[in-house]
Amino acid sequence: MSAQTQAASRKAQWKEGALGYLFLAPSLLVFICFLFYPMLRSIYLSMTLTDPRGRVADFVGLDNFKDLFSSGQFFTNLKVTLLFVLLTVPTTIIWSLVLAALTHNKLRGMKAFQFVFSLPIVISVGTGSIIWSLLFHPTAGMLNYFIGFIGISPISWLADPNWALVSVSLMTVWMNMGFVYIVLLSGLQGVPDDLYESAKIDGSGPVRTFLQIVLPLLSPTLFFVLIVSVIGAFQAFGQIHILTKGGPMDTTNVVVYSIYQDAFINFRFGIGSAQALVLFAIILALTVFQFKVLEKKVHYQ
Amino acid sequence: MMLRRLNYTVLYIVLALLALMVLYPIIFTVFSAFMTEKEVSVFPPPLFPHHLYWGNFAKAVQTIPILRFLLNSLIVSAAIMACQAVTSAMAAYAFSFLQFKLKNAMFLLYLSTMMIPWEVTVIPNYLTIKSLGWMDSYQGLIVPFMAGAFGVFLLRQFFLQLPHELFDAAKIDGCGHLRTFFSIVLPLARPALSTLCVYVFLNHWNSYLWPLLITNKPTMRTVQIGVAMLQHEEVMAWNLILAGVSLVLLPSFLLLALGVKQLIQGITAGAVKG
Repeated sequence: MSAQTQAASRKAQWKEGALGYLFLAPSLLVFICFLFYPMLRSIYLSMTLTDPRGRVADFVGLDNFKDLFSSGQFFTNLKVTLLFVLLTVPTTIIWSLVLAALTHNKLRGMKAFQFVFSLPIVISVGTGSIIWSLLFHPTAGMLNYFIGFIGISPISWLADPNWALVSVSLMTVWMNMGFVYIVLLSGLQGVPDDLYESAKIDGSGPVRTFLQIVLPLLSPTLFFVLIVSVIGAFQAFGQIHILTKGGPMDTTNVVVYSIYQDAFINFRFGIGSAQALVLFAIILALTVFQFKVLEKKVHYQ
Repeated sequence: MMLRRLNYTVLYIVLALLALMVLYPIIFTVFSAFMTEKEVSVFPPPLFPHHLYWGNFAKAVQTIPILRFLLNSLIVSAAIMACQAVTSAMAAYAFSFLQFKLKNAMFLLYLSTMMIPWEVTVIPNYLTIKSLGWMDSYQGLIVPFMAGAFGVFLLRQFFLQLPHELFDAAKIDGCGHLRTFFSIVLPLARPALSTLCVYVFLNHWNSYLWPLLITNKPTMRTVQIGVAMLQHEEVMAWNLILAGVSLVLLPSFLLLALGVKQLIQGITAGAVKG
């Protein structure tokens, strides 16, 4: 290759490289300004005390974290969060899995049922919470009216400390089931049809076929749904803000809501950032744990 | 055979009951929106409105600036959707068809953005928007979301599946990268782009926390915040509140009806990748 063509190809290479970064520039700029920089600033803020405008007043090192871990409040909030995850994630997945299993067949009218069970996907947390706040109404709500039929006395859903978290979870399961149902149904559609046939020939009933043959094949999808749902449940905010505001008696005060209160109502940005980082670490650890422990049981084809 | 038919009947009955349970909150919302104040004030309220009473919608629009909220949400969601389509397509093209230094490292960097949760970035971002003087502005609602890693991955996946011969032919014809991008890749990527658009639009139409923090003025509020405020209007009758909720849900339902395939493709693309 002559020196001239070498120089030309180097120039072309350089031009392509420049074009590459030009194409990345817009998204990269947004990520730097609104993801990477805030991530670092969060770490810095968590070690400071700020004035209400967010200006750093004092550098306090790890004091915010010490305060968090020595106060019972943070652990109470953490317990509520874990309880919320346990109340919503398994329920949503099992409920959606049952619906997906029942509607995954070629019977007439299944498309309509599939549409209905996917429908909650369009419900936003804002509209969903408003609808349920009316359904939950202690005296005029339809939920108490319906449970009256089966002889249960009225429950003051959102105002009763024993029921508030259950109520919020009920609404959350309903709101999230559309997404989980869609993902699980399309996972089921990926299971080859001849598998059902050969299971039938072998004399396996539908329930056994589902548990022993379909479920293992579905495990990658279930694993994905589990990871996403756990992360989502740890970050639930809107329904708590609208329905209970953390009450009654802090029984629905999840960590994310307490971050909101500390940072945006009391303007204590330092302690808010510290809580956010601790929560992030917990979610990250749990996700890594799920990958390490559960993924071994996942059957990838 | 008899047994099987019986089984099917049971299945249909069970499914119909379950469907009714899932659908009930939506039925309740839509039906109540058409009831008169007299109808909703009895307990238990009638299951069906006696006739379709449209007055609630007019009244809801008069009492709260719901049309303004709808307009704000439409502007914000559409702008974010358009920006993400552009920025994602550009980045995806670079990752699929261009060679440049540190390409793999950059790709990992993009991947890592998916790991950063909003609760960590929300406080600094709020402070940034405040110091820029962007509170109560469209910029404040739009700019932080002008790019997203999900779109980059979705489109990159699609670009890499396009037939290679096409690009070799374009290269031989002396077609540069810019022209290839605009006149070959973008038109071919229409299915993936529409998937991304439906997904992003719906996500931001439904977003709650960020608009709650960034807007204070009623004229800048988005629908989700606006509709949540209805709850505190003690004087508001339920039929009015639910008429407002129905108005907010309407665009989402239309979008679902028109783009259900795109939406499901988007979700499952995420599922397969994840």
